[in-house]
Amino acid sequence: MSLTTDSRVRDGGGVTAPPPARPRRRGIGWAQRLEIAVLSGPAVLMFVGFVITPVLLAGYYGFYRWKGFGPPTNFVGFDNYVTILQDKLFHEALWHNAQIVVLSLVLQGPIALVFALLLNQKLRGQSIIRVLIFVPYVISEVIVGTAWALLLQTEGAVNGILRSIGLDGLAKDWLANPSIAIWTLMLILTWKYVGFAVILFLAGMQNIPEELSEAAAMDGASYWQTQWRITLPLLGPTIRIWGFLSIIGALQLFDLVYIIWGQYVASTAGTSTMATYMVSEGRNAGNYGYGNAVAVVLFFISMIIALVYQRFVLRRDTQGALTGGR
Amino acid sequence: MATATHARRGNPVVYAAALALIGVMLGPVVYIIIGGFRTNSQITTDPAGLPDPWQFGNYADVLTGDTFWLQVTNSTIVAVITTAGVVALGVMASYVLARYHFRGRGAMYALFAAGLMFPPTVAITPLYVLIKNLGLVNTLPGIILPQIAFTLPTTVIILVPFLQAIPKELEEAAAIDRCSRLGFFWRMVLPLSVPGLITVGILAFVNSWNSYLLPLFILNDQEAFTLPLGVQAFASQYSVDTAKVLAFTSLSMIPALVFFSLFERRIVGGLTGAVKG
Repeated sequence: MSLTTDSRVRDGGGVTAPPPARPRRRGIGWAQRLEIAVLSGPAVLMFVGFVITPVLLAGYYGFYRWKGFGPPTNFVGFDNYVTILQDKLFHEALWHNAQIVVLSLVLQGPIALVFALLLNQKLRGQSIIRVLIFVPYVISEVIVGTAWALLLQTEGAVNGILRSIGLDGLAKDWLANPSIAIWTLMLILTWKYVGFAVILFLAGMQNIPEELSEAAAMDGASYWQTQWRITLPLLGPTIRIWGFLSIIGALQLFDLVYIIWGQYVASTAGTSTMATYMVSEGRNAGNYGYGNAVAVVLFFISMIIALVYQRFVLRRDTQGALTGGR
Repeated sequence: MATATHARRGNPVVYAAALALIGVMLGPVVYIIIGGFRTNSQITTDPAGLPDPWQFGNYADVLTGDTFWLQVTNSTIVAVITTAGVVALGVMASYVLARYHFRGRGAMYALFAAGLMFPPTVAITPLYVLIKNLGLVNTLPGIILPQIAFTLPTTVIILVPFLQAIPKELEEAAAIDRCSRLGFFWRMVLPLSVPGLITVGILAFVNSWNSYLLPLFILNDQEAFTLPLGVQAFASQYSVDTAKVLAFTSLSMIPALVFFSLFERRIVGGLTGAVKG
């Protein structure tokens, strides 16, 4: 037991590896089978019915030109996919998603690390600070979108503050100007999600034994040396898991963009994502076959990136968990 | 020596940085809440100022209107049933995954774990078709059923390690006392796992409360709107009445915030526990 907890402290990764069940002595009888079926059946049925089935259906509908009424009849093969891959609007959306994935990692990661390091020290009111920085993460994206859209209007509060302190030059059309809209989006996303990263990192840091930094301090290491040489490497698994969650979230980004750049500002400002493309070209245009094909493309892109990430980045953690116990 | 004190007692720089962070994180939220106490002309003349004088009319209008309460009711029904459903189904399935040994156990776990990777975005278009074929468009069950299904992965991933941590000896003792495995589940596992159930329950509730994409597809009828759709509809209907929109928006975020701050410790613990496997 101590060995497993030990390796947890050290490696703490491996998000998907099922924890080992204890082997039973006897083979399982019909009574146990019945228990298994009764207990897990409802969840499995719900999951298969409302999660797996739709994903499979998307694969089927994606081959049809279909307005969503009655069963699909107009089979078009791979036409929808050809159209998607040639559509300039989709290329733009894909490019925006790529930017959002990279910028989310590059912006939120370091900011969250700095703040987690700061907050990891003995602070008065630490627990209240933790609640407060989590607030944006808990508010719905609709509210976040509405609030920021109002704040960032040309005559909104942000520009008002900038003008009142004499920085008129910085007052901009934050949302509609295509050359800065994506940065505005990143600002809002960072605001909303950096708290989540801070909390994860803080929790990871609190699992690192204090003796390590005490020993380092005795050996004459400075505070920042200790953080750089001890805390950061040991936080690696937490950072990599956060990276995974961040990438998946960034690929599927929809709500915030659709609210701000659908309701308040023209959607041509250069922030469309694959998901907003899917909704506007599929559902809103009444082309359900096409929308489903976009869903399939989004599914495969997400899956490939997830698998590559697990294979090349998270793998270190599972390996560490297997070998690190010695 | 200086470094040791630097690390031990929070120095002013740290407090200043923490305060700055909190200010940035709370600023927009405070702006929404305070903005609701102003008039539109106050907002237009000075978008960043304080209410002068304080107006309670916006909040009063929202709170005395029917729309807000109808949507609160819808959101509450959806969130409560989703939470109850996902906790019940989740704990049963997690118990099987945690304490039974059978073929296909690994596959079942992998199935739920894979679900973690794909939020509803990917499945939403065909899901709409499915819900339409079931005749559940514009009904609350049309939201509740898919939400339960999509919340199951997180729930299972958080609960399985939790249930595995219940000591084996308890189960053996229960068996000696002629308690069946189901009796053990009912009398021991459920009471012992209450903290874990609260974690997944709050997560499910907040998720449901904030959910936008699914209701956007399934609910077209104003009568069935949940709050996020309501906020959006209200904001476009009263687009000139910024102060009222701000009041409506602030009121609609209260339940999620209250729930969250009451159980913050549990949720953070549950999230990080899940991330650590």
